[in-house]
Parts: sequence; C-alpha cells; structure tokens
Amino acid sequence: MSKDAVEALSLNAITKRFGELTANDAVSLAVNVGEVVALLGENGAGKTTLMNILFGQYTADSGTVRVFGDTLPSGNSRAALDAGVGMVHQHFTLADNLTVQENITLGVHSLLKPSLGRAAAKTRIAALSKKFHLAVSPDARVGTLSVGERQRVEILKALYRDVRILILDEPTAVLTPQETDDLFATLRLAIAEGLSIIFISHKLHEVMAIADRVVVLRHGKMAGGVNTKDTDKNALAEMMMGTEATPPEVSPAKPDAPLLAFRNVTTADVGSVPGLKSVSLALKGGQIVGLAGVSGNGQAAMADVVGGLLNPNEGQVILGSETVQKWTPRIAVQSGIARIPEDRHKTGTIADFDLVENAILERYKSPAFSNGGWLNWRKSRAFADGIIDKYDVRCPGSETPIRLLSGGNMQKLILGRVLEADPQIILANQPVRGLDIGAVNYVHSQLLAARARGAAVLLISEDLDEVMALSDVIHVIADGRLSPEFRRGEMTPAQLGLWMAGQGFETDIAYAS
Amino acid sequence: MRLEPIKNPTLVRKLVPPAIALISTVVIASFLAMVAGANPFSVIGLILKGSFGSQFAILETLNRATPLIFTGLAVAVAFRAKFWNIGAEAQLYAGALMTVLLGTGVFPWPSFAILPLIIVASILAGAVVLLVPALLKIRFGVDEVVTTLLFNFIFLLFISMLLEGVLKDPMGMGWPKSARIIPEAKLPRIVDGLRLHWGFGLAVFSAICIWIIQNRRTLGYEMRAVGLNRDAAAFAGIPVNVVIVKTALLSGGLAALAGFSEVAGLKGSLTLDLSPGFGYTGIIVAMLALLNPLGVIVAALFVAGIFVGADSMSRAADVPTYLADIMLATALLLMVLAIMLTRFRVVRD
Amino acid sequence: MEIIDILFTASFWAAAIRISSPLIFATLGELICERAGVLNLGIEGIMVAGAFAGWMAVYSGTGLWAGVCVAMLVGMLFGLLHSTLTVPFGLSQHVVGLGVTLLATSSTYYAYRLALPEVTSPPKIEAFQPYEIPILSDIPLLGPALFSQTPLTYLAFILVAVVGVVLYRTPLGLAVRAAGENPATVVAQGLSVTAIRMGSVMVGSGLMAVGGAFLTMSAFDSFFFEMVNGRGWICIALVVFGTWRPGKALLGAVLFAAFDALQIRVQQTSLGTHIPYQIFLMMPFILSIFALILMSRRAEVPAALMVPFNKGER
Repeated sequence: MSKDAVEALSLNAITKRFGELTANDAVSLAVNVGEVVALLGENGAGKTTLMNILFGQYTADSGTVRVFGDTLPSGNSRAALDAGVGMVHQHFTLADNLTVQENITLGVHSLLKPSLGRAAAKTRIAALSKKFHLAVSPDARVGTLSVGERQRVEILKALYRDVRILILDEPTAVLTPQETDDLFATLRLAIAEGLSIIFISHKLHEVMAIADRVVVLRHGKMAGGVNTKDTDKNALAEMMMGTEATPPEVSPAKPDAPLLAFRNVTTADVGSVPGLKSVSLALKGGQIVGLAGVSGNGQAAMADVVGGLLNPNEGQVILGSETVQKWTPRIAVQSGIARIPEDRHKTGTIADFDLVENAILERYKSPAFSNGGWLNWRKSRAFADGIIDKYDVRCPGSETPIRLLSGGNMQKLILGRVLEADPQIILANQPVRGLDIGAVNYVHSQLLAARARGAAVLLISEDLDEVMALSDVIHVIADGRLSPEFRRGEMTPAQLGLWMAGQGFETDIAYAS
Repeated sequence: MRLEPIKNPTLVRKLVPPAIALISTVVIASFLAMVAGANPFSVIGLILKGSFGSQFAILETLNRATPLIFTGLAVAVAFRAKFWNIGAEAQLYAGALMTVLLGTGVFPWPSFAILPLIIVASILAGAVVLLVPALLKIRFGVDEVVTTLLFNFIFLLFISMLLEGVLKDPMGMGWPKSARIIPEAKLPRIVDGLRLHWGFGLAVFSAICIWIIQNRRTLGYEMRAVGLNRDAAAFAGIPVNVVIVKTALLSGGLAALAGFSEVAGLKGSLTLDLSPGFGYTGIIVAMLALLNPLGVIVAALFVAGIFVGADSMSRAADVPTYLADIMLATALLLMVLAIMLTRFRVVRD
Repeated sequence: MEIIDILFTASFWAAAIRISSPLIFATLGELICERAGVLNLGIEGIMVAGAFAGWMAVYSGTGLWAGVCVAMLVGMLFGLLHSTLTVPFGLSQHVVGLGVTLLATSSTYYAYRLALPEVTSPPKIEAFQPYEIPILSDIPLLGPALFSQTPLTYLAFILVAVVGVVLYRTPLGLAVRAAGENPATVVAQGLSVTAIRMGSVMVGSGLMAVGGAFLTMSAFDSFFFEMVNGRGWICIALVVFGTWRPGKALLGAVLFAAFDALQIRVQQTSLGTHIPYQIFLMMPFILSIFALILMSRRAEVPAALMVPFNKGER
C-alpha cells in the first residue's frame, strides 16, 4: 500500500449478537481504493454476518460503517447501495422467472418512473458484459442459466449500479477451478477500474492468489491481518483455525465386496438440472467413495437414487447381489442404508418436532417403536436419550423442539438416528455444510469409524478439499455423467477442474460393474 | 421490523397476548353495540346471560356447539396436515343427505342397526365428497382451498335440486324440505325431558378419538409430520399422498357427522337452511383451539355461546345479530396474531 | 340449434360483457396481490363490502364516481388489515383471508341493518346508465355488445391494459413481480418487500371492492344479501386460469361470463325447462374447477406466492 492510499471503506468495532451467540465481537476492517481484501475464516466465524451489516441487511448492536468518509445509517441496504456498495451473496438473490435484464435493472430506477428504459439498459448491459468479460444474454430467463452464468448476472447487477466497493461472499464455492480463474480475471479488470473488493472465502490458495491483504476472523473475533506478500498458506491456516483439533488421520483402505452398485443408471432431468446419464458405480465395504463436482450436476439425482426417493428410468440398482425391484425410502432404510441428507433443516428434520419425534422419523413403523399402529413413546424416548448421550447432542432434553438446536447438534442427532442401526451403507450428502470446525471433525471421525468397521460410504460434497481428505476413491460428476475413478493423491487440481467442467472423460467406459 | 423466535417463552409471554386479543374483541363488540344505540357495558353481560345464564340457555349452547365440534374437528384434522379443507359445509350436507336417504324408512333395517348404519354411511358420504379435492390436489396439483370452496356452492345447489325434486316431501306444503326420518333413526336425548341429544356425546367422543389418533397412533404422527414439513416427511419415507388422502377421508367423515347429528338429533328432516355456515365456523373453532382436538370442544362452546348469547342480546338490546359474526371474525384475526406473538418477538432492525 | 342462434345475438354478447365486468375488476385485484406473493382470500368479503359501500354512498347523496371511490377506499382498508397481518407479521394467508372475508361480510350486514333498520326491500339508486360510444356503437353485433355498456365496464377493460403495462413496462411493476418471485432479490436491491407487498394488496383489494360495487351501481341498482354469491372464489380460479397475466385473465373472465350468459338463456329454451335450474347455476363453479385442472400443469405460479418473508431470518 502506498502512503497516499485513499480509504474506501472502514468498519469500526462492529458487534452483533444473536441471542446468546456473539457473531461479531468488536470487528474492525478497512479497505482502500483499488485494493482486494480477503476476509478469511471457518464456517460460522462471522464473515457473512459482518458483510450483511455492512450491506445494511442486519443492524449492528454497536460500531459504525463508513464509506468514503461518510457514516452509513444502519440497517438500510438502500443507503449502502447508494453509497456504492454492492454485494454478491453466496446464495444468489436472483428471481428465476425474470430475465437477466429484469434482474439487473430491478430497483435501479425510482418506482415512480413511468418506463423501464429497456433499450438503454440493454445497451449498457452489453457494454459492461464486454468490458468485464461477463458473457450472458440479457433476455434469457435466469432459471435457464448455469450457476457460473448466474454469478455473472450477480456481478453485472453490482457493476450496473456503478458500485465502488464490491463484496463477494464465497464466490468460488460453486465454480470449477477454470471458472474461478475467469472470475479472477474479471475481478482484476474491476480493480483496474478503481473498484475495491472484499473477498470472503475459506480457501487459502484463492486468497493468496487474489488478495492484497487478508483479515482473519475466528469465532467472531479478529484473529489478525497481514499482507499476502508477507505470509504463506500455513501461517494463514494457523491464524484461521487457531490451535483447534487437526483433521483426523486416514488409514489405508481395505475394500471388501460391493455392497451397493449402480449399473448404467439413468434418471430423468428435472428442469435444467440434469439427471444421471448411464452411471455405473460400486460402493464397497470399508471404503469411502467421494463424489466431487459443481453443484447441480446430478448429485441430487445420485443421492435420491441411493436414498430410495428416485427410481432409475433405465439401469439397475444392485443391493448386495440382488437387483432392486421396488425402491422407496422406507425400503432403503430397511435395507441398511443410512442417509444423511443434504439439507438438515429442509429434509433432515422437522423443526417443530421434538428430538424424540425426529429420532424415530425414519423407523416409526418398525416394531422397535410401534406395534399395530400404536406408537411406543417410552421406547422412542429411550432411543432418543441414548443418541443424545452417545453422540453428545447438547440440548435441554429430548422433548425440546429440534429447531432450538444448533446446526452441529442437529447433525449429531441425524448421525445417531442413522448410525444406531449399524448400517452397512452410508450416504453422506454434504454432511458438514455450515458446521463449525469442531462439528466437522466429529462428523468426519464418525464416517471414518463406520468405514473402519466395514461400512461402504458415499460422500457427496462440493468442497473439493473435504472429498480429497476423506475419500479412498474419487469420482467427478458433471452434467449427470460420472468420471472414471481415481485414488487419493493421483490427480492434479487442473485435471480435476477439467473433469468438473465435463471435459476429458468418456462415460461409456464400463469399469465398475 | 423483523420477527425473532423466542427460545423459552415465559408464562407472561404465553398468556398476555391471547388475553389482550380476547379483551380487544369484547371492547370492539361493545363499541359496535354502542353505535347501534345499546348500552356498551351491558352487551357482554347480555351475551353471557343468553348463553350460559339458565338451564335453557346452557342446553341451547350445547346443542349449538355439537355441529361446531364436528366441523371444528374436521378442520383441525385437515389443517394439522396442512390440507386446507374449507369445504366442511359441503361434507356436512353430504352427511345430512345420507341420514335422510337411509333414515326415512325406505329400507327395512332391524331397528337397533339403523343408527350405526346411518352413522357409517354418513361418514363415508362426507369422506367421498372430500376425496375429490384431495385427488385433484395429488393428481393435478390443484389448490384444495379453491376447489373445496367451489364444492360448497355446487353441493348446496345439488341438495336444493334434490329437495325440489326427488326428495321433496309431498306433505311439505310446497317447501323445499325432505320427509321426516323415522323415530328409530333419531338420536335419543341424553336425559329425558332435557333438550340435549346424544349427538353431543358423539361429538365429545369423536374429539377424544381424534386426540388419541394424533398423539398415540402412527397415522397421527404421519399427519403431523406431513403438515409440518412435507419434504422431510417424504425423505423419511412417509407416503405423503397416502397420508393426505387418509386425512381427507377422516376430515370429510367428521364434517359429515355434523350433518348427521343435526338431522338425527334436532331437525328430523333436511332443509336448505340446515346449516347457518357451520362448515365455515368450524374454521374459527379449529383455529381458536390451536388445532387441538380437545381444545375444539372448549372453542366450540365459546363460539356457540357467542351465537346463542348474541341472539338473545339482539332481542333484548335491539342490536343486529351480525354482531356475533363480527366478534368471531375479530377474535379469529386477533387470536392468530396473539398466538404468533407468544412465539416471536418483534424487533427493530 | 337454439343455442347456436343465441351465440349470434348482440344482446347475448352485451350480457356476457356486462357479467364479466365485476369479475374483471376483482380478478385484476387478486392478480396484483398474487403477483406480489400474497394470496388474498378476503376477496369474497371485500366484494360484499365494496358493493354495499358504493351503493350506500350514492344512496346518501354522493355522485356515482364518488361512490366508486368510497368502495375503493373501503376495499383498501380491508386490504390494509389483510396485508398488515400477512406481510410484516407473516400470518397464514389462508386463515387471515377467510377471517377478512367473514369480517367484511358480517360488518357490511351489520352496517346495512343499522343504516336501514326498518326496510324490507332495499331502496334503489340511480345507477350508471349505458353510454353508447359514438360511431363504434353503430358497428353491427360488435357495437351493441361492446360499445353500449356502462362507464364502469369501459373502465374495467381499460384497467386490464393499465395493469398489464404497469406490471410489465414500469419499474414499479418489475418490483411487484420480483416480490412475488423472490423477495430476497428485492431486498438485495435496496427495496422494501413489506412496502411493495402491502401496497399491492391494498390496491388489489380496492379493485375487488370496485368489482363488488359494479353489482350494486351498474349491473343492478340495489344491495341484496348474498349478492356476491361466490364470485370472489371464481375470480381466484380465473387468476390461475389466466396464468397470472392480465390479458389472459380478461379472456378467461369473458369466456366465463359468456358461458354464464348462455346458461341463463338456455334455461328459457325448451331444453332448459327439462333440466333443473340448479344444474345451470352449478355450471360456473364446475367450469371453474375444470379451468383449474386444465391449467394446473402449465401454470406459472409466482414462486414466492404464500411464502412470508422475514428479513434477516436465520
């Protein structure tokens, strides 16, 4: 930084509490014009909360936000936008049924203006697309776009408003490595135009690649700030994680016979999301199979077929040595498949049910919990209490509604619910998404323990690092097609990236039957 | 402003908003009565006196509560599974129709079997009427709110057609009215000489059964799971569509019992004014009861009390009886707001 | 054969257009609410309240257009009540809607009884008279059908165009549509979902009330109980039938009204005397259900319809 750097933005001693949780504890941060500052931290460290305060979506309990020297009124997104702050949210804020242009121009004009000025808007969007290498058709409906294209729309939304400060919240989480490179190229063009960027991430190599300066958050507190040229990945990792638990050690695998196999399984596409395209795959005992890929490439179909929610249009699901005929969630559970769902709030649990009712959700019909249609609440409660003990679920008691639990404790209940039946096959779909580091390590150790006792695990994750760390065998899924397998450590990220983009492998290689 | 869930609501937090809702309802009603020229401070007293002030009044209230318990249960069961049955009115008439069809003595049943048969047939009739919207919802994704509402009109016209056609009582002096049911098809009185029939007993019994189903049976567990989170229920392996159909059958059957009990217990025949909107009022009853089956009994008594009391108040103070409906609508709206405020806190952001 | 003949009379089409007018107002109103993401089941009661308020205002001595404004204001008040409960407080749109219908209906009847305590048959007012548009009304068949209507009917048709243009061609309309598709989008662009949704429900409810007022001030000249008689619920079906687009909703309303006009005429033919009149009265409702089934698979429901939005939810 040169001495005459102009300060674009400063956050001063921001504190925000949600009930008993302090999400931000006196956090301060400053960004200069033309500078990229990375905000680094684990899930739950408070990065997103801090940015939502800056962007006026939350009101801070104390502290101030200043943009180009002026203090922003709190809790007012409009003021933040008018001051030149733009934000690309991790979960895109786009309306699927509207066109790209409509999404970009929403709220730009006064609501009392009699016309949308479509022609002028279109010209301007085309110019911005060209200048920043953000190719996207203005008349396309957002619902038909790929994830990468949607992100371009989000960035265009901000650029269209002439933002001076751009916040990107985990922008690479949904991108292939190549798309990430394209994004970085766009960001460099923006910096050359004099924009300032706050780049939120937990990926160290990306932070090192794009940022001038790194600010690390840990448990809502500032853990430090350094210039990237004065540091390295290891130092950043230590700052980010502190001295907390290290990831579990993985011993070499001793794979058994296949417990569950797909043979040329094909499922229907759902809208623009592809189904499986002639997928063959074997899950063997004592082995973790990792499924890597950009979200929306067929992972959901894969999880649904394994979990019994979806029947293949073509091909067979083979359980042990039997080809499956009728396939429902209940039969899947009875066949010894443990299912850890992608979204524990939407599909994993019922928020207003207590822990007992949630614990028996998959097996309330089994003789263990009901008889002749009469539920046995005594046994059910004992089951839930057992899980609470064994899996260390922190809660006021088994009759608490599960919505009052933290994400980690909710996930522990789900783990207990599915693992208590000693399943031979485990489907773990994004098992650690949104959990703090302690809970992440706990979940991973449970998966490894299951592997050690001979279970077959299918790990579906968008986090490449997680897949690489845990899996014995990795496949990439792209546009519903499954790549050949490769073993831990056999592949470079560049090749992986190509595969994730759907290039470089043929599907009709029969290798896993 | 923003709503923030309260983790451990205090007793005050649980009781004060509903209390304020009730008091506000009374204040609004008193004010409206004053507009009509009555003494605002006497209105509530008159309503209470008219509904619970004498043996006659109490019996009248219990009789009025009987169909409301049935329709309230029908709505409570359906809403619990987030199946929006707004068509209890049509199902009620289906039950009444079946009661008249079987109860006018056209068929030679042994007398002890008549009532059970009519009850079962009525339940089936109501269940079938609600099955249609349920299947339209499952098969075509048609919103059941609109279909059940439209069915109310269709079914009432259908009844009107029958009453002016094949079912018309030749002795009815031209009125669109069915013949009277035979004595064996009538519900007996609970106590001789008191104008209260066993329909009330059946209603209370039904409420207890529904409570048991909801809290002790797997079906009730499934219905609650489907109502609270359809995706999670489906993921866990609960057959969501089957549960919705079962819910519809149960709900329709309960509403039909209201029609049965009105014909077999009170009126003895079917007319077009058999129900002054019991089906719609059932929604208020169910909501005031927070969808709890046992609460439905209490809520039905409360609602019936307002109706009966308002009738007598209206005569005494010359205030239009529509005040009762206004009170109920106000109570409903304020109560759903109050219940929400027991669980959420309004915060500035 | 008689039925075919009916289809070629101007009076039949004039009746169809007249019958469609209240449906057009109310359907547009509901469409605006739903486009912003709020299902308004208060429609039936708000139409009753509008019918009474407009008529009562004129009966008390205001002009006809002032009466329309009074109806609109009353509708907007109920819309304010509905949207306060459903938008910032996020209460169940089903329950609140039905509650508003009950409240609007019962308070209308209460007010009617208070205002006219003694009457057995309600008094009449000097209602809107047909206005023949010069030249256009001379076109054969089309002229008497389309251009010899009351001013309120012309207003209904003009409003379809206005609502269409506002929804699709202005920043305001874009904001309304976005609020019904994904409220988070609206917030991220610095607009208030609460304000947009509440405003839409109020305007929509105002239109519903004008639809009701059409009945007492244009179609008839007096107020009766039960006069709305399920028209509100039919309008909800018409919104679905029109796939949430003003133009298609207009088409649906006219088709529907033509059918209604037809059944009234068929009742008086030799065929009609053999069929109970209730069958004819059922037709609009049965037709609505069929319309719902027909459109169910291709309907483009606003994605956030009936989804309350609580800012900063986590």
